[in-house]
Amino acid sequence: MMYESLAYKTSNEMMFGKTVHPLHCGHDLVLGGGLVFPEVNFTLPVMQVDQKSLPKILKQYEEMVSMVLNRLVILDVPGAVIEFEHAPQMTEHLEIGAEVTAQTKQLMDDYYKKHGLKTALRATICDIREKERPPKMRTGEAVKTVFESFRVNAQNGADMLSIESTGGKEVSDRALMEANLPGLLLALGILAPRDMHFLWREICNIAQDEKVVAAGDSACAFANTAMVLADQKFIPNVLAAIVRAMSAVRSLVAFEEGAVGPSKDCAYEGPVIKAITGYPISMEGKSSACAHFSHMGNIAMAVTDLWSNESVQNVKLLSGFAPEVFTEVLSYDCRLMNEAVVEGDENTIKKLLVKSDEYKSVHALMVSPESSYKIAKAIVGANSDFERTRQAGIIACEIMKTAFEEKKIILSEREIVYLNRFEDEFQTYSNEESVLRVALPDFEELFLASEYGL
Amino acid sequence: MSQYDELRECIISGKKARVGELTQQFLDEDKVAKEILDEGLIPGMAVVGKKFQEGEYFIPEMLLSARALNVGLDLLKPHLEASDVKPVATVVVGTVKGDIHDIGKNLVSIMLRGGGFEVIDAGVDVSPNKFVEMAKEANADIIGLSALLTTTMPSMLDTVQAFETDGMRDKVKIMIGGAPLTTEYAEKIGADGYAANASLAVEMAKKLVGV
Repeated sequence: MMYESLAYKTSNEMMFGKTVHPLHCGHDLVLGGGLVFPEVNFTLPVMQVDQKSLPKILKQYEEMVSMVLNRLVILDVPGAVIEFEHAPQMTEHLEIGAEVTAQTKQLMDDYYKKHGLKTALRATICDIREKERPPKMRTGEAVKTVFESFRVNAQNGADMLSIESTGGKEVSDRALMEANLPGLLLALGILAPRDMHFLWREICNIAQDEKVVAAGDSACAFANTAMVLADQKFIPNVLAAIVRAMSAVRSLVAFEEGAVGPSKDCAYEGPVIKAITGYPISMEGKSSACAHFSHMGNIAMAVTDLWSNESVQNVKLLSGFAPEVFTEVLSYDCRLMNEAVVEGDENTIKKLLVKSDEYKSVHALMVSPESSYKIAKAIVGANSDFERTRQAGIIACEIMKTAFEEKKIILSEREIVYLNRFEDEFQTYSNEESVLRVALPDFEELFLASEYGL
Repeated sequence: MSQYDELRECIISGKKARVGELTQQFLDEDKVAKEILDEGLIPGMAVVGKKFQEGEYFIPEMLLSARALNVGLDLLKPHLEASDVKPVATVVVGTVKGDIHDIGKNLVSIMLRGGGFEVIDAGVDVSPNKFVEMAKEANADIIGLSALLTTTMPSMLDTVQAFETDGMRDKVKIMIGGAPLTTEYAEKIGADGYAANASLAVEMAKKLVGV
């Protein structure tokens, strides 16, 4: 299936907490049905992760999950998603991932029975295929382990399955550092979507077998990498913004294979996905400053259905441990949004969330509901993954150029040089053949074509 | 005006072909390889490093310069080896066991090469013993360890200990880097230094070998 139209008539119709297709999951939780819920994620402090340390790992998770659930009850939060994001070893050693999932779900069951707390558990499996270079995306042992991990996590209590998959990253990483557009078109327009079709077809099959939700992916490995590199002044910001738009296409493939949301919290392409599919999304902004810097603290909240903290270590702060502290922060953000809906003020809140960030950086500009809608429209207007990726990049250039010409956003001279160059190059590399002709000699040593069905 | 001005400028602007032509021309004129290196190539890369530090260059520009530098270095290498000229130091860099993040590690490699170091990239998910093995093979002066996850930081301690167990600890300096790391953590595990970013990694490496 390939989306050919949008789920909303205008970007104004898109609103936080509301979707075209609300999703029922976990213990009586309805996502996108009118309320925004916290999605809480946490990680271990500095410690070894292996089979020997499993009792310690379980103890850490028991503490973290219990304190999060307890804080949700105290604050009378109407519901929440807990994300268990695997470290690589938790996917490699199936029993580690499975036991943490089982224990977490048991605690969530207990809180549902005792307090009526509505929750759902998202298990995010680690894409360990990239450990080998060049990676074996389809035939290696790692891919079997990844699929097996999805299955055992589903069997042990995960309500939703996700992954931050990495197909094409081996090319994208270098292309980013070289600001090499043919390389990025190869990575994001050819390799990544092919891998997403392969991966998500199987994830959706597993989800169907195990009667759980195939949730969604994230272009974290591409677009967030680019954003971080740009923040460190390693690459131009305009390039990172273009990559943000382009990478929405590979994330959309999960939905075309059967995923139904919510997309991953670090997937800032979420509003594009929501505009096209009408399924719920998860986003992170100011409350994920514990995990990484971003330019989208407020604007990321504008059309989200889950509000996440990305990840926080289990360390002690003045008011408590970090996971419970961030649960509180998320809960108050959600309470504000939900109250705005009750009072009929949601459009005002949305407007302020957008306006406070929109023109402060190209990263924020790219995730505004209006820009996301334009990108979504460009994507569904094209009829192949490659052309969609290219069109998303072209419209990203247009959005930035227009904002600059209208003096709404400041871009340095050297950023403008790059923006002009990318605009021209999108015209030069107008089809797969022209990209492959130029990019293959430079990048073919980095990936195995057969592992992408090429 | 120095006879190496154009070579230096070509490194700064990343003109790979012209760097090759000029380097070969100097060699044909019987110029000493070390002089071409010290007065043309390395000063050119130093300017590139400065431009990067000051926000005038992005990595793509720096990579163009690094590639131009490599063209010159490849031509000089046989002459430098014949006259026993050594790099600033040899560094083995890698992402520690359990961790597969490598962009930071790759950037450090680029910057170190530009700073005149010989860099051997051990890759990702590198076991402590593999680091020891590669250090011996390369006769390394410095080991650079990278990690992005809190759950893989303990692999750094394991690696330091592997060098101790093997009796190699006194022969190498160990530096660490990565998002969750700090100077305090470096001290705690017995590493010799921590660098917060790729540019500072070069400064730290130079400091560790007394350059």
